[in-house]
Amino acid sequence: MSEQAMANDRGPAICRALRGIVSPKILGIIGLLAVVCLYTALASDNFLKVGNLENIVHRTALFGILSIGVAFVIITGGIDLSIGSVVCLVGVLLPWLLVQHGWSVPAGVGFVLLLGAAIGLVHGLLVTRLGLQPFVVTLCGLLIYRGVARGLTQDQSQGFGTAYKGLRSLATARFPIFGEGGFELPATTLIFLVIAVLAAVFLNRTVWGRYLLALGRNEQAARYSGIDTGRMKLLAYVISSTLAALGGMLFVLDINAAQPSDFGNFYELYAIAAAVLGGCSLRGGEGSILGLLVGSALMVVLNNMINLAHPQYQNVEFAIIGGVILAGVIADELVRRAARRRPAA
Amino acid sequence: MNAAEVPLVEVPLVEVRGISKRFPGVRALDDVSLRVGQAEVLALIGENGAGKSTLLKILAGVQPPDAGEILVAGRPVRFRGVEDALEAGIALIHQELNLADNLDVAGNIFLGREPRRLGLLDLATMRREAAEWLAMVGLDLDPATPLAELPIGRQQLVEIAKALSTRARLLIMDEPTSSLSARETETLFRVVKELRRRGVSVIWISHRLGEVKELADRVVVLRDGRNAGEIADRAGIEHDRMIRMMVGRDIDRLARRPSHRPGDVMLAARDLRTPAHPKHPISFEVRSGEIVGIAGLVGAGRTELLTTLFGVTPAVGGSIAVAGRPVTPRTPIEAISAGLALVPEDRKQQGLVLEMAVRENMSLVSLWPESRAGFVDFARERRLSTEMIPALAIKTPGDRQAVQFLSGGNQQKVVLAKWLAMKPKVLLLDEPTRGIDVGAKAEIYDLVHRLAGEGLAVLFVSSEMEEILSLADRALVMHEGRLAGGLSRDELSEENVMQLAAGGAAGRMSA
Repeated sequence: MSEQAMANDRGPAICRALRGIVSPKILGIIGLLAVVCLYTALASDNFLKVGNLENIVHRTALFGILSIGVAFVIITGGIDLSIGSVVCLVGVLLPWLLVQHGWSVPAGVGFVLLLGAAIGLVHGLLVTRLGLQPFVVTLCGLLIYRGVARGLTQDQSQGFGTAYKGLRSLATARFPIFGEGGFELPATTLIFLVIAVLAAVFLNRTVWGRYLLALGRNEQAARYSGIDTGRMKLLAYVISSTLAALGGMLFVLDINAAQPSDFGNFYELYAIAAAVLGGCSLRGGEGSILGLLVGSALMVVLNNMINLAHPQYQNVEFAIIGGVILAGVIADELVRRAARRRPAA
Repeated sequence: MNAAEVPLVEVPLVEVRGISKRFPGVRALDDVSLRVGQAEVLALIGENGAGKSTLLKILAGVQPPDAGEILVAGRPVRFRGVEDALEAGIALIHQELNLADNLDVAGNIFLGREPRRLGLLDLATMRREAAEWLAMVGLDLDPATPLAELPIGRQQLVEIAKALSTRARLLIMDEPTSSLSARETETLFRVVKELRRRGVSVIWISHRLGEVKELADRVVVLRDGRNAGEIADRAGIEHDRMIRMMVGRDIDRLARRPSHRPGDVMLAARDLRTPAHPKHPISFEVRSGEIVGIAGLVGAGRTELLTTLFGVTPAVGGSIAVAGRPVTPRTPIEAISAGLALVPEDRKQQGLVLEMAVRENMSLVSLWPESRAGFVDFARERRLSTEMIPALAIKTPGDRQAVQFLSGGNQQKVVLAKWLAMKPKVLLLDEPTRGIDVGAKAEIYDLVHRLAGEGLAVLFVSSEMEEILSLADRALVMHEGRLAGGLSRDELSEENVMQLAAGGAAGRMSA
């Protein structure tokens, strides 16, 4: 890494500028995304259609929000397996509270977001104060929140029907930025971009971001340096669950129907996969927000590729996505090893 | 176990010819050669970064060389892994022991080569044979003892027994005494001498030149990845000569500096009781400008005293005052805000975030007070590293270099820089020069003297007698958790320290 850092100070200005923004670590995944896009575009005429591109950008934003959340936990060396269930709980709770129980919009939205934060707080306290393993704590969360969601709603699908158009436009609005009939930017993308910029600034520019990266790499040294590692980890879990709640809210506003038994199923794994593809190490201490964006986009485009180019393979979608991710991670590791072996110039 | 395969002509047991190895940015070894004879203890010495570790890793099959060859009993060999080296009779005893402390002693000795009967572990045979190998290293203990119950010195002997059980003919020992007590060190010396008598050869790597003088038949010196000379006769193995060969220049060692004029009491502990030794209240004071050493055997509770002062393991009783203000820190955060700084014992685990840059490590403690509304002040951070790197003579290609690529001495200076950045009132140092080469050691001593001269109160723990004698203005000696006594500068001698450390009652309580 340091060699790369040193290399940044050499070469033409344009390359230097580029390296400043795009760390070499995620160049590989950007390449992979480009290849999958190119392949799908060649295999299906529908890929480059405006509607499809809008959809990709929209879904990338939704999954990207979850992925940014879990990245904070991964950076501390932990894991959050409860994201999909938080998405589900919030996804059924919001319409349930508004439609069935007549809560006001601010109360309902405020409640589900606070619920997310509270869930994260509990996870964080169990991990930092009681010393439980993040995997175990959030695995139990995964089971509990889905169970609660199904119990509250008696397993009935929840939605807004034709009401709450205003609130739903948070997730459904499109802004025509290229005039009539051109590409329209989904509102979710704007929300995602705001969160991504905030997260990147937090991680790279603030003291707390530095603390997270430091404790993810060496918690003991961080503690000996006077960093309140417990509080920082707590914060990471709160961010993760809160963003999961926000994501769950946007998902249900978008789809307008949440089936408690499968809403948000596997979403934690998509989020974790996107984070890992984007350069987060599960050992902790590493992560770039741009990488997360590309990782999330790759997950969405892979799904899109199967739907458009090979609909007959939809049943093996998981296997294909898993295979591509594995290939990407293997290639990345091989490249890194080759780079290590290469003597310095 | 030796005579049969080795021809009678003078063929060295193991010979290394013209070995070179490069890593990104470093030429670790450049055309290095050495021989090890039968039943010979060869000391390999050199400053940190001289290439000792790389050379022994190559010998033990951990890494392949870029060029050059290894001959075992005159025949060229190529190690593809540690197994090949073991097969050839070469075993590496790591600096950090590679034992599984959840297994028992016998299980460790036979790890991966367990005797089996009908596919199950043959525990009886395993324990019987283990006992034989243990006897070889002078360990009389039940092979079924869980390893975790053994003190570190005995664990090391177990590791040696393990190597012997693979029929090793050459043991490579990397800093074997760095965490041993004086008595354990003695035992190890006896074992090594006994092994030599039985025909086993040893490559002994150590910064402790006294050991080398006592043990080695021959000394090979490395400097900057090259051969820097050899002392072939036992009589020629002298402290100053070895230092000259290692650093390529003379260093005035043990040059006592003028005593500092002690000022106000900066650190006062009153009946302080640590969680490790709650029965022994400890009281002492350290004044501004004073350098106080804490001596004692490993396990005497010295590190625990420092971690309690620093709030890592909060006190269970008593009180601490810093610059007259009572603070009994429950966390390092409280200790730091009171003006305490701790350079911890384990540089890599506790002192540094190895993957992070020099610059980022240096700013870690002062990041928050130097921030603007929580945002990192990058300009100040850069200024800090551009001031500290020349001030502490840190050798690094730049402040963006990850600290893991620096040598031990330079890493330790980065830890010091991190603490100096917060302008501490009291500096606590735990084994400040462990595993650091002679040159960097002298620089760190100079720095500590300079800081004390500027009015800092310094309290340091050291297991090296030389360090206590040369660095401390006075010493506190600990024995089994209690403060056995204090030695003023005039009373400070090796005999007095050892007597107190061993539980005797020399000197007086001048703490």
